[in-house]
Amino acid sequence: MFDDLRDLYQEVIFDHNRNPRNFYVMEEADRKVEGFNPLCGDRLTLFLKMDGDKIVDASFQGSGCAISTASVSLMTDIVKGLTEAEAEALFTKFHEMTTGKEEEINLEAVGKLAVLAGVREYPARVKCATLAWHTLDAALKNEQASISTE
Amino acid sequence: MSTFPVEKIRADFPILKEKIRNKPLVYLDNAASCQKPQQVIDSIVHCYSHEYANVHRGVHTLSVKATDRYEGAREKIQHFINAQSTKEIIFTRGATEAINLVAQTFGKTNIKAGDEILITAMEHHSNIVPWQMLCEETGAVLKVAPINLQGELIFAEFEKLISDKTKLVSVVHMSNALGTVNPVKEIIAAAKAKNIPVLLDGAQAIPHLAVDVQALDCDFYVFSGHKLYAPSGIGVLYGKQALLEAMPPYQGGGDMIRKVTFEDTEYNGLPYKFEAGTPNIADAIGLGAAIDYLTEIGMDNIAAYEAELLDYATEKALQIDGLRIIGEAAEKGAILSFVLDKIHPHDIGTMLDSLGIAVRAGHHCAMPVMDFFEVPATARASFAMYNTKEEIDVLMAGIEDLIKIFG
Repeated sequence: MFDDLRDLYQEVIFDHNRNPRNFYVMEEADRKVEGFNPLCGDRLTLFLKMDGDKIVDASFQGSGCAISTASVSLMTDIVKGLTEAEAEALFTKFHEMTTGKEEEINLEAVGKLAVLAGVREYPARVKCATLAWHTLDAALKNEQASISTE
Repeated sequence: MSTFPVEKIRADFPILKEKIRNKPLVYLDNAASCQKPQQVIDSIVHCYSHEYANVHRGVHTLSVKATDRYEGAREKIQHFINAQSTKEIIFTRGATEAINLVAQTFGKTNIKAGDEILITAMEHHSNIVPWQMLCEETGAVLKVAPINLQGELIFAEFEKLISDKTKLVSVVHMSNALGTVNPVKEIIAAAKAKNIPVLLDGAQAIPHLAVDVQALDCDFYVFSGHKLYAPSGIGVLYGKQALLEAMPPYQGGGDMIRKVTFEDTEYNGLPYKFEAGTPNIADAIGLGAAIDYLTEIGMDNIAAYEAELLDYATEKALQIDGLRIIGEAAEKGAILSFVLDKIHPHDIGTMLDSLGIAVRAGHHCAMPVMDFFEVPATARASFAMYNTKEEIDVLMAGIEDLIKIFG
C-alpha cells in the first residue's frame, strides 16, 4: 500500500507531522515572520531568538500538510546555534536538494533534512518543503511582512 | 442506473484508458476540467484537416465551410440552452471572460458610485474579482449574501440585501467548491420584482443539468466549454438581446465593425459586436460537437445517473471515521468536497494520485468558502457521466488506506 510513496513519506516525516518539534508561540522572539502557500493554504509563523548574528532559538505555529509541517519542524531544530550565514548556506543546500540538478545534491551536507529529498520527484510538492526555508530567509533578512511562495 | 450506457460512454473517452503510476486512471477532477470524447477530438482534427479557413471573410469555399461550421456551433448552443436567437450567443474564451465582458460593458454603463452588486458567499473567484475591479473603478459596493453550515444560500438574508441600490445580481448556479445548486428561480423572481438584472455563473452547472435560459428568465448566463467535455479556450456568454443591444462593445477590432473610417466607426450587429478579432474557430466547432454528443445521451439522463453516483459516494464517505463532508446542501450536484481529521488535503491528493486517482486538493478558487468553513483547503472528488460506482469504491478504499498509514 502506497509503496511508490515511501521516498516521499518516510517514517520520520510522519513522526514530525504527528509531533512537531518547537511548536509554540515564542513570546520573547526577536524575529517573527509569516509564511503562506496560497496554492494549498499552508500557513506558518516562524519565531527566532537571536544573539548577534546567531540563531539561539527557533519555533513555529501554523497548519499545513505533512511535508510542510515536517520541514519546518526539522528546520527549527537544525538551525538552532547556527549563524545567519550558516543558516543561509544550509538553505542553499536544501534548495539544491529539492530542485537542483542531480549532480548538485549533497545529502551529507543537509544532515537530517535528507529525509525530504523525495519531494524532488513531486514538483507539485516542492513548495511545501521549501516554505519553511523561504520564511526563515525572510526572517533573517528581517523582513517583517508575510512571505508567499507564489 | 443499469440503463445508463456508462461503458459505451467510457469507450468514447480515449484518456480513460491511460495508466497513471501504473494504475488505471480514476479521473475525479471533473469540476476542474472534463475529459473529451473522441467525437470532440475528431471534430477538431476534421476542422483543421478539411474545413479550416478564417470565418466571415472570404468568398472562397473553405471560408464558407468554416463559417457554416462555426455558426452551426452557435445554433447548437442556442438550442442547448433554449435561447431565443443566435444573436444572444456570444463566444468568449470561457466563463471568466464572459463575466469580465459583462462587468466592463453592462457594468460600466449601468453601475455608478453608491450602487450595489449582489453576489453570494459561495462564488468562485471569477464571480468576485471582476465585480471588485468594477467597484474600484466606479465606487459601487459589492454585497455578499451569506451561506449556512450546509453550504446553502440563506435566502431570507439574500432577499434582505436586495435594495433600490442593487443594479445587478450575479450568482453561481452550482458551486464548484461545495456542489450546492442554488434556488435560481427564486433568486431571479426576487430580483425581477425590483427590475434587477441577474447573471448566472453556469460554469459548474452546465455539464450536470439541463439549462433553459428562457424558463429561468435570467438576463445573462455564462459557461466554459472545457467543463462541458469540449475544448478549453472557448466559452459562452448568453445575454437577452435587448440588454446586449444596449451594451457598448467589449474589445475593438476586426469582425465587430460594420464600417470604419478614421473619423468614425459603425459597430457590427449582434452577436459579432462582442467578437473582435479572429475567433477560436476550431474550439467553437468542438463545443458544438460536445453538445451533439450530450444531446444524444440526454441531459436529464446524465443528471439522474450522476445523482445516483453522488448518493453512493456520500453514503460511503459518511462511513469513514474522521471524514467530514464540506457542502451538504439538500440540492446538490455531483461534487464531494471533504476533509480528513489531521490529514492535510495536499497529502490526500498526493497519496490518491499514487493510486491513479485524480482529485483536486486546494481552495478551488473559492478562498472565502474555505475561510467560512475554517479549513485551509479541501480534497474534492467531482464526478462526471463517465464515472462508475467501482471507481468510487477505489476512491473510498484509498481514503481508508491513507488514514491507516497516517496513523
